[in-house]
Amino acid sequence: MILLWEFVYKLGVDVFKIWKVYIFPSPIAVFQTLWQMIKDNTLGIAILASMRRIIVGYSISLLLGVIIGFILVKFKYLNRNLRPLILGLQTLPSICWLPFAILWFGINESSILFVIIVGSTFAIAIATESGIKNINPIYIRAARTMGAKGFNIYLSVIIPASLPSFISGMKQGWSFAWRALMAGEMLSATKGLGQVLMVGRDMADISQVMAVMVVIIILGLAVDKLVFGRLEISVREKWGLERAA
Amino acid sequence: MSLRVEKVSKDFSTQHKSTHALEEVELQVEKGEFVCLLGPSGCGKSTLLNIIAGLDRATEGEVHLNGREITGPGPDRVVMFQESALFPWLRVIDNVEFGMKLAGIPKVERRKKALEYLKMVRLTQFKNSFIHELSGGMKQRVALARALALDSEILLMDEPFAALDSQTKRILQNELQRIWAETHKTIIFVTHSVEEAVLLGDRIVVMAANPGRVKAEFRLDLQRPRNLEDAQLRAIIAEIMKDLKEEVEKVAQEEYDLDWSTGKDHVLSAGDPTVGVRL
Repeated sequence: MILLWEFVYKLGVDVFKIWKVYIFPSPIAVFQTLWQMIKDNTLGIAILASMRRIIVGYSISLLLGVIIGFILVKFKYLNRNLRPLILGLQTLPSICWLPFAILWFGINESSILFVIIVGSTFAIAIATESGIKNINPIYIRAARTMGAKGFNIYLSVIIPASLPSFISGMKQGWSFAWRALMAGEMLSATKGLGQVLMVGRDMADISQVMAVMVVIIILGLAVDKLVFGRLEISVREKWGLERAA
Repeated sequence: MSLRVEKVSKDFSTQHKSTHALEEVELQVEKGEFVCLLGPSGCGKSTLLNIIAGLDRATEGEVHLNGREITGPGPDRVVMFQESALFPWLRVIDNVEFGMKLAGIPKVERRKKALEYLKMVRLTQFKNSFIHELSGGMKQRVALARALALDSEILLMDEPFAALDSQTKRILQNELQRIWAETHKTIIFVTHSVEEAVLLGDRIVVMAANPGRVKAEFRLDLQRPRNLEDAQLRAIIAEIMKDLKEEVEKVAQEEYDLDWSTGKDHVLSAGDPTVGVRL
């Protein structure tokens, strides 16, 4: 594929001169830039800054999402009234919150964190709620006849029983958070991958733009597969859900 | 120990109609008894079991266990369901330990006890398996071990073998007879099968439908292990069938179109003794 890419580049840029050098990147240039950015540590600093933001933001939305999810389960009245609102908010791309966040917090860390949090909290909340609501009631009945009461039912049945759907919610929340982070960084950060991407655009350096895109894809995939993928597989194997696949 | 069901009635009401599921049911079960609740589907036998378990509340009447009124579910009345209701996130042995863990029994002791009961249902070699790796019959045996491990006053069984194939069912019925002989647990066993009831029960309570109430009781003082080929057993089955058939028809009448009756339906009633001849 990379060979094909290089071939198209040679054809389009060198032979036919349809594209300018700054419009179509060559894979060689992209990898050179990538290597350059690794060497002078631009990439390292950017990744560190981005990861720090997303870990903080994602942890907060995980916590908030679970709390909102439990509240939705516990209070039917709130559920009826809030669920459509939350579903609606979930369809709003998180970047739409950025102007709002900038007005509230100014152009700084907090506004990016805010965008990450609103971007992923609702997905996690909905997954928590539907995970709990879809538990086979016979598990709870069985646990109650064996002496489980109140908080114990949550601890020993509801939480483990809703885990598979909760993990898919976590995964979805992560990808929303990752997108929100990039959008936020591109518009209002002084450090981070999104900002390096924007610098590339400002300097008309398409290789840098492309290189950062590659890094974003690799990082996103790595977390998705290594963290959530493994969690999901181990849970699904336990439940015997993996056999059909 | 004794369980007393006193004038228990139960109404279910939905928006469209209200159902009179149980009407003034009286039942008394003594320690060590194996009582089968027998009746057609829809006669309220499962509802009665759920009320005894404390999972459902009676509309009227009370249930007392050892003189104390039952107000909710508790580990003194463990239920074994038709679906095994085992927890898929736990291994077999952890499932068996589940109730004991809630009761605060220390780890070493509960593991020992769990193994003991797994041995009783002959599943020790699968103690570390996950639930989805087991067959239907094995799942019900684990569920039985889990219920027995709590050492409850009374064991409530809600058609536990109904979803199994007939061979597995036969084996588990024999196993249950053996285990009951070993433990002498008090058991209330809900079933719609006359054969199953006479195979297992000391006492059979036949329930009538619409509204559900006790129609007849039979006491069986037959030797164990029992065998369905036994002539005495067949005679009892025929006797109980008379009572039951009426009820089955009554329930069926409601579910079928009005022109239906078992008299007209030859598939159900006409018996031709020459049909099955061994060659």
